[in-house]
Amino acid sequence: MSERTADPIGRRLPDPLAAYWARDIVKIFGTLGVVYALYLFVGFLLGYDLFGQLNSLRRLTFLIVVYGIAALVVNLHWGYAGLFNIGVVGFMAIGVYTATILSRPVAGQNPTGSLPGFGWPLALAVVAGVLAAAAAGYVAALPSLRLRDDYFAIVTLAFAEIVRITFKSSELQELTLFGWTFGTGGGRGIRTFSNPVRDFFATTGQPVVAAVEGLGLDGQVVPDWSYVLVLLAVLVGTYWLIARLSASPFGRVLKGIRDDEEATQSLAKRTASFKIRAFVIGCAILGLLGIVWQGTSSGYITPGRFLPELTFFIWIAVIIGGAGSNTGTVVGSILFVGLVLEGPAQVRRVVDEFVGLSGSAPTFPDALSALGGGNIDPVLLYVFDQTSALRVVLTGLVLIWLLKRRPQGLFGDRREVASSIDLEGRVASRRRDRTETAQGGDAD
Amino acid sequence: MALLRDKAPDWAPDRTRVRTALFVAVLALLLFDVLRRLLGESLAPSLLTGYLWDGLVFGLVIGLAGVGLSLTYDLLGFANFAHGDYISVSAFVGWGSTYLIAGLGSFDPLNLFFLGVGDTVFPRDVGVSVTNTPGAILVGLVVAAVGGAAVALLFDRFVYRSMRKSGAIALLIASVGVAFTLRFMLVFLFTQDSFGLTVGAWAYELPFPGGTVNISAPELLLVTVAGVSMVCVHLLLTRTKLGKAMRAMSANRDLARVTGIPSERVVTATWLVGGALAGLAGFMIALFQGTVNYQLGWTLLLLVFAGVIMGGIGSVYGAIAGGVLIGLVTRVSQVWIPASFAEAVGFAVMIAVLLTRPSGIFGGDSL
Repeated sequence: MSERTADPIGRRLPDPLAAYWARDIVKIFGTLGVVYALYLFVGFLLGYDLFGQLNSLRRLTFLIVVYGIAALVVNLHWGYAGLFNIGVVGFMAIGVYTATILSRPVAGQNPTGSLPGFGWPLALAVVAGVLAAAAAGYVAALPSLRLRDDYFAIVTLAFAEIVRITFKSSELQELTLFGWTFGTGGGRGIRTFSNPVRDFFATTGQPVVAAVEGLGLDGQVVPDWSYVLVLLAVLVGTYWLIARLSASPFGRVLKGIRDDEEATQSLAKRTASFKIRAFVIGCAILGLLGIVWQGTSSGYITPGRFLPELTFFIWIAVIIGGAGSNTGTVVGSILFVGLVLEGPAQVRRVVDEFVGLSGSAPTFPDALSALGGGNIDPVLLYVFDQTSALRVVLTGLVLIWLLKRRPQGLFGDRREVASSIDLEGRVASRRRDRTETAQGGDAD
Repeated sequence: MALLRDKAPDWAPDRTRVRTALFVAVLALLLFDVLRRLLGESLAPSLLTGYLWDGLVFGLVIGLAGVGLSLTYDLLGFANFAHGDYISVSAFVGWGSTYLIAGLGSFDPLNLFFLGVGDTVFPRDVGVSVTNTPGAILVGLVVAAVGGAAVALLFDRFVYRSMRKSGAIALLIASVGVAFTLRFMLVFLFTQDSFGLTVGAWAYELPFPGGTVNISAPELLLVTVAGVSMVCVHLLLTRTKLGKAMRAMSANRDLARVTGIPSERVVTATWLVGGALAGLAGFMIALFQGTVNYQLGWTLLLLVFAGVIMGGIGSVYGAIAGGVLIGLVTRVSQVWIPASFAEAVGFAVMIAVLLTRPSGIFGGDSL
């Protein structure tokens, strides 16, 4: 029994190591260590200095953390409550747009000269953004819960697209309502708030930056890494929250709904209410994630950042890890970001460094005609130029392969038993007894 | 008591009925407003007719694409999110062939087939339009249909076939993977640029009170192609043995198999028909819009879903009617709402239909 449920990595490890591997924390940090080592090795090959290495790891960690948070929410929705939400970006967009519009300075006292807003303090605006995302989740989920899984998926996707189209429309770019001038910025986007962590190191925290610069490093490392640590705290908080939820009576009902909604209903649980609460909690976290991820990464948000591709990427991270397992979800995010999302670009850098490719091929027909002339370099160059498109192709292929070969993901078949008594073990032992007697009969 | 509270009292009206009544009331209100505006002359009749004609043409494309989606949704039991990208791929292949034929001799064939990516060939140099180069357009149409059928069959063989026993959601997720693979293969081959396709074609200006309504040659071709293919599908379903088998499988899959219908062969035929219709729709929507880019089918897909769900999954005539309805809704809504919200209105109507009548307006389970 235990051998069958072990994940593909644990199964291949020698026994003493497998015992360690069984711990969740070892799984997460073991995978993270391997991916870090790969990136450090690539950085070494490319001759990065210490700052370069730190920066490359920071970028990697940042993406792992934000994808990890989103993937945990998807796991709460799909892995626990059985809600097939493929409108993840919509809730992120609502969170960050609400916070941004509320925190923009009021018209007239506008230092940057771009769109005015309501001039709320950032902390309040963030809370409002989270609440707005939660409210949107409630509005989206309340009527849709009666729908079949696939209809629910279509509704959430349509909802996310409506949100994106609304923020993109030129009519809402800038408008005046009840004396307040504000707007979404339309297709051109809107400048977001300044990052408080960076502000801190630019003012009060300046001595820390100066000290690091004294060590011969670029001072930029300090605010960059500090912000990643803040996000990491959000990830840990989300993990803790969802782990607590899933271990609580509330979580047991959710798992019950996922496995058999009618049976759970017959135990006098109002399944709709549980599903809505789980959905709204997840949407609130997504709103927060939208603010801390999209709102801060470039100081600018456009509707183009909330394309369905992003939802797709987040879902892959969950499917790699296996729905229903929080640890698996985090490990899946590490593997997805490290290997699939950022991997192709790393390979490209290494090849660029060590293989001298000559010629150029700005378009695919050019590459093809060069290939016809017996020159393979332009084709490779073209392939490397298109890394960002090819990584989505790669992601799609990984997804198809996983669904055909291992639909439960790496750790998805780890059963989290809902009842406090091990019923499955009893049933299994009874069944074994019965087959033994049956075989005894056959031998006669 | 807690259990009893869940049951609504007898005097409370059925929720679905209330929703439907609300839906009808809103519709009546909007219709009334249109009449008021027409009579009050704040809405020119020519403008409204233009919206209706445009909506009908657009809706026919959605309906054409929806037939295939509805058939496979019903027969295989999953929402195929890759259907939109079947539309895009066949649009590119079809238009590549049209360019190849129209410009052969004067331009490099490879550049022609790739629609002049990297600014090597411009639409005005090739001069493709329905009236200038009808032959090239027709060949492109056929190639698009064949291409759509081939893509649909290919992915069924390599992805969906071995997953027939998996649940609807596993297949749905796999189809999302197929969708992104196809879409970004198009980006790899054609970049993210939009390609202008045609030069101006002949158009008839129908005089109407308050202005004129443009009826162009591409639109007429589109209506013809949509009409002919819909009649063909109708004949296929009602007059042929294959159609009978498809209807039998849609009604009861196990029973159909027991009676000796070769289910795999019927599924293959369904993919071929659905893919070919998606290909036609892809070629026609690119002609209708005059441009093509890698997101062509994806932006259409949710509207196609809307049409299919409105018409009731599995119903061919429902898919067509639902598509036309969605087309009309997206265009006529411009009476009240800015054009940039056209798609959003389509999605909103779909959500409203799902909430009021999840089985569709024409709600049939039959083909």
